[in-house]
Amino acid sequence: MTNPVTITAPEGVPYIDIEREFEAPVAAVFRAHAEPDLIKQWLGPNGYEMAIDHFNFTSGGGYRYIHRNPAGEEYAFNGVFHVVRKNDFAIQTFEFEGFPDVVSIESLRFEDLGNGRTRLRAHAVYPNLEARDGMIASNMEVGVTEGYERLDKVAASL
Amino acid sequence: MVDNVIVDPSADDRLDRAFMALADPVRRRMIARLSRGPATVNELADPFEISKQAVSKHIQVLEQAGLVTRTRDAQRRPVHLNAAQLEALTAWIDKYRLIHEQQFRRLDALLAGIGPPGDEPVAASTHITGRTDKAGQKEQQP
Repeated sequence: MTNPVTITAPEGVPYIDIEREFEAPVAAVFRAHAEPDLIKQWLGPNGYEMAIDHFNFTSGGGYRYIHRNPAGEEYAFNGVFHVVRKNDFAIQTFEFEGFPDVVSIESLRFEDLGNGRTRLRAHAVYPNLEARDGMIASNMEVGVTEGYERLDKVAASL
Repeated sequence: MVDNVIVDPSADDRLDRAFMALADPVRRRMIARLSRGPATVNELADPFEISKQAVSKHIQVLEQAGLVTRTRDAQRRPVHLNAAQLEALTAWIDKYRLIHEQQFRRLDALLAGIGPPGDEPVAASTHITGRTDKAGQKEQQP
C-alpha cells in the first residue's frame, strides 16, 4: 500500500511543503534519514545512483552527495545540518551545485502518530519565488528526461 | 541530454496563456463551476455582479487559453470545460510530485526492513543492499 504525498507550493511565498505518512515507527524513519547507507537507497529520482561524499546527520554536521543518472550525468548537492534532534526534528540547508549560492533552508519534522506510524513534514524556504519555481521546474525536466530515456529503450527494442 | 527536452514553444505558449487565464479569481470560479458540468453564459454570469459583456470577455480568455470550449448548440451555446488542457497544466507540478512519490515508496520498502532501534534487521533485510559498518561487523561474528 502507498500513502499519498501532499506537496504544496503556495502562491506568492517561496515555500514548498511536503507531507507524508509512513507505516513505520518514528525511530525507523529517522534512521532512514540519518544513516548514509540507508539514505542512498531511497533519496533522489528513480534509477539514479547516489554517491555520498560525506553525510553527518548531527547538529553542526553537513553533507554532500552526487546523483548520477543512467546517462552518467552528475548532479551534486550539499548543505549543513543546523540542528538535529533524534526522532524529532532537523533543520538543514540545501544547495544544488548547478545553481551555486541559491540555498534553501529546510525543516524536517518527524511526528510519532502511535501504533508504529509516523508523519514526516518538510518545509523548505527558498531565497525567492524564482528559486522555488526553478527548483520545481528543474525536477520536471528530470521527469521529462526520464520519460525520454524510457522511450529510448522502447524504441531500441523495436 | 537536457538539450533534447527543450519544451515545444507552442506548448509553452499555451501553458503561459492557461496560467494567465487562471490568474483571475472570476475565471477560476467559472472553471470551478464548469467542473460540475457545462453551463450557458447566463448561468455562468449568475453568481457575479458584473455585466454579461464582462462575463463573455472572461469566457473568451478561457477559450483562447484552451481551457473551455463552446459548442454550437443553437442559441444556448453552452461552455464546456476542456479537462485535457487543465490536466496538462497540473502535470507541470505533477512531475515534481512523481519524483517525491517514487522516492517515498522506496523509503516505504526500506522501512519495511528496518525494525525498532537496537534490533539488527538492517543486514537481514533483502530490501537492503548497502549495510552499515556496524551491521557488517556484527554479521562477521559467529
